[in-house]
Amino acid sequence: MKTSVASRIASFASGGLVRAVLIVLALLWLMPTAGLLLSSFRDPRDMASSGWWTVFTDPGQLTGANYTEILQNDAITGSLWTTALITVPATLLVLVLGAMAAYAFAWLDFPGRDWWFIGVVALLVVPIQVALIPVARLFNTLGLFETTFGVVIFHAAFGLPFAIFLLRNFFAEIPRELLEAARLDGAGELRLFTRVVLPLGGPAIAALAIFQFMWVWNDMLVALVFADPSSPPMTVALQQQMRQFDSNIDVLAPGAFLSMLVPLAIFFAFQKQFVAGMMGGAVK
Amino acid sequence: MFRGRPWIVASFLLPALLLLGALVVYPIIFSLYRSLFDASGDGFVGFGNYQSLFTDPAIRKALQNNLIWIAVAPAVATGLGLIFAVLTERIRWATAFKLLIFMPMAISMLAAGIIFRLVYEADPDRGVANAVAVSVHDTFSEGAPWPGAHPRPDDGMSEEPDGAIVLDQAVSAGDSVLLPLVRVAPPAVADAEQAVPAASSSDGVTGTVWLDFTQGGGGEPGVIDDGEKALAGITVQAVQDGSVVASATTQADGTFSLPAEADGAQLRLAASNFAASYNGVDWLGPSLVTPAIIGSYVWMWAGFAMVLIAAGLAGVPREIMEAARVDGANEWQVFRRITVPLLAPVLGVVMVTLMINVLKVFDLVLIIAPGSVQPDANVLALQLYTVSFGAGSNQGLGSAIAIFLLLLVIPVMIVNVRRLRKEAQR
Repeated sequence: MKTSVASRIASFASGGLVRAVLIVLALLWLMPTAGLLLSSFRDPRDMASSGWWTVFTDPGQLTGANYTEILQNDAITGSLWTTALITVPATLLVLVLGAMAAYAFAWLDFPGRDWWFIGVVALLVVPIQVALIPVARLFNTLGLFETTFGVVIFHAAFGLPFAIFLLRNFFAEIPRELLEAARLDGAGELRLFTRVVLPLGGPAIAALAIFQFMWVWNDMLVALVFADPSSPPMTVALQQQMRQFDSNIDVLAPGAFLSMLVPLAIFFAFQKQFVAGMMGGAVK
Repeated sequence: MFRGRPWIVASFLLPALLLLGALVVYPIIFSLYRSLFDASGDGFVGFGNYQSLFTDPAIRKALQNNLIWIAVAPAVATGLGLIFAVLTERIRWATAFKLLIFMPMAISMLAAGIIFRLVYEADPDRGVANAVAVSVHDTFSEGAPWPGAHPRPDDGMSEEPDGAIVLDQAVSAGDSVLLPLVRVAPPAVADAEQAVPAASSSDGVTGTVWLDFTQGGGGEPGVIDDGEKALAGITVQAVQDGSVVASATTQADGTFSLPAEADGAQLRLAASNFAASYNGVDWLGPSLVTPAIIGSYVWMWAGFAMVLIAAGLAGVPREIMEAARVDGANEWQVFRRITVPLLAPVLGVVMVTLMINVLKVFDLVLIIAPGSVQPDANVLALQLYTVSFGAGSNQGLGSAIAIFLLLLVIPVMIVNVRRLRKEAQR
C-alpha cells in the first residue's frame, strides 16, 4: 500500500469536515422541533416577549402550566379521543379488507384477475382531492356526512390500493408447497388465509399497519371535509386555533406536541417497519 | 394457482372492490361529469370551468405556485437526500443522524406547519429564522448610529425621500455651521458628550451636529445650550453637482471638519446615519411565503429521499468505486461519474414520488401562510378546498381542478401499470 502521509492527513481532515457538516445539519434539522418543544413549556407572556432560546440562559421560565391547562381542556382531550376513534378502525379495516383482497389476487383464480389487479394499481396515485366533492354528496345522501364512520371508510378506501399492492406482492412470495400441503390436509380457503397466509405475511402487514396508522392519525384534509366540526379530531381542533396564532400559541404548541407523541413513539419503536412500508409505497 | 369457487372469490374480493368502487372510482367519474356544470349544478357550461383554470386570477396564481413547487421542492429534497446519504455512508453514528433527519416524516403537516410558523415569526426576538438573519447581518454591517433622527423644522434643513438630511444653503470655506437634530430618544444620548461649537478653519468648512433638546425644558432652538448632547459618528458629506466631493465623521463632541473641496458645496447627512435598525426578512410576506413553505416541506421530506437513496447506495457494488479510486479518481469524480449515474433509477423514483406528493400539498400552506397572505401562497389543492367548501361553494370549478390534478398524475399511473405488466410477463 503506498498511501502517503499527506493523503492520510487529507482524508482524516476531510473526515473531520464531514463530521462537522453533519453535526451542523443535525442541529439545523432538530432546531425547529426543539423550538416548539421548548416554547410549549414557557409562559405565554414569555413567549410574546422573547424567543425560546432564552431558556438556555434562563431555565427558570420553564413551566408545565400549558400542559396542565390543555389536559383540562375538554375540547382538546376530546379531539385526541376522536383521532383515536378514527385511526384505529380505519387501520384495522384496511388491514382486513386489504389482506383478503390481496390473498384473492395472489392465490385464487378468477376471470380477469390480472386486469382487476392492474385496475387497483392504477388507483395508487389518484389524488385524494378528486373524491372530496363526490363523496361529500354521496355521504350527504346516505346520512354519513360529518360522522366518524364516514371518515373511517373514506380513509379505508384510499388506503386500500396501496394495501392490496403491498400485500399481494408479499403473499405471492409464499412458497406454493406450503399452501398446497395445507390444502391437501383439507383446509378451506378461510383456514388457509387465517392460519397460513396471515402469519407468514406478518412483516408486510406490520409495515402496512404502521404506515396506515400514521397516515390517518396525521390527516387533516379528510377530517376538515368529512368530520363532525363539533367534535373534530386533533388536527382540525388545532387548525381552528390557527386564526389567532400569536395569542393561541399556549394551546397550539403543547397541542401540536400531544398530537405528535403517538406517531413519534410508533416511529421510534418501529422504524424498520415504517421504512419497509415506505419503500414499498414509493410512487404512492 | 387454485381455482376458487365464485362465492369464495367474491367474499374475499368484494368488500375491498365495493369500497374502492364507491369512494374512488365513482368519484372520478362523477367529478368528470360535475366539472362540466356551473356552481348550481344545473347549468351546463362545457369546458368553461377548465377555461377558468387559466383565466381566473386566483387559480392562475395557484397554478403558478404549483409550478414553482414542482420545479423546486422535489429537486431540493432529492439533492439534499443524496448529499445526506453519501455523507453518512462511512460515519459510525449514521443511524442516529438518519433517524433525526427522517423524524419529521412521522409528524403531521399540521404540526410541521405550527413548528415553522414559529420559526418564521417576523419579530427577531421570537422567530429563530429572523434572529439568525439579524445577528448575521449585524455581524457584517454596523447598525445606523442614530436611527430615526430628524432635522429641527424651519432651521434651514430638509429631509430627502431616502432619509438623508441636507442643509438648504450651500456652504463656503471658513463657515462653521450648526446642524440641530431632534427626535432622538434621551436614553440613547445618556452617555454622549456635551456638544460644542466647532472652531472655524480658514480654508475648510466645520460644524457641529447635536441633539437640539435640553432635558427638563428650556434651551433655545438652533443654539447649543448647556446640557445638549453631541451626536457622534455621523457621516457628513459635501455634495457638489450631485456627487460627493468630501466627507467627514462627527467627533465625540459633535464637531466635524471638511477640507477646502467643500467650499461652495451643499452639506448632506447621509441616509445611512438614520436608517431604522435591521429587523430581518419578512418570511411570510407575499413575495417569500412560497419559498418559505417549500423550506418546511424540504425539512419534512429530505429524510424520505435520504432513506430511499441510502438503500439504493447500499446496492451499488463497492468494487466499481474502489477501482476508480485506485485509478486516481478523487472523491468528487467518483461521486459525479459513478455514484450518481448508478443511482439514477432511484433518484428518478424519488423525484416522481415527491412530484406527485407536492401536487397534493395543502395542509402546510393552509397552516403556515397567514390569512392575509394566503392568496399569494395559494396552491391548487388548497384552491380546490376553498372553492368547493369555502365561501364560493362552486363545486363545478372545484371538480375541474380535481380532474386537472388527476390528469397531471396519469403519466405516472401509466408507468406503474406498464411496469406491473412487464413484471407479470417475466
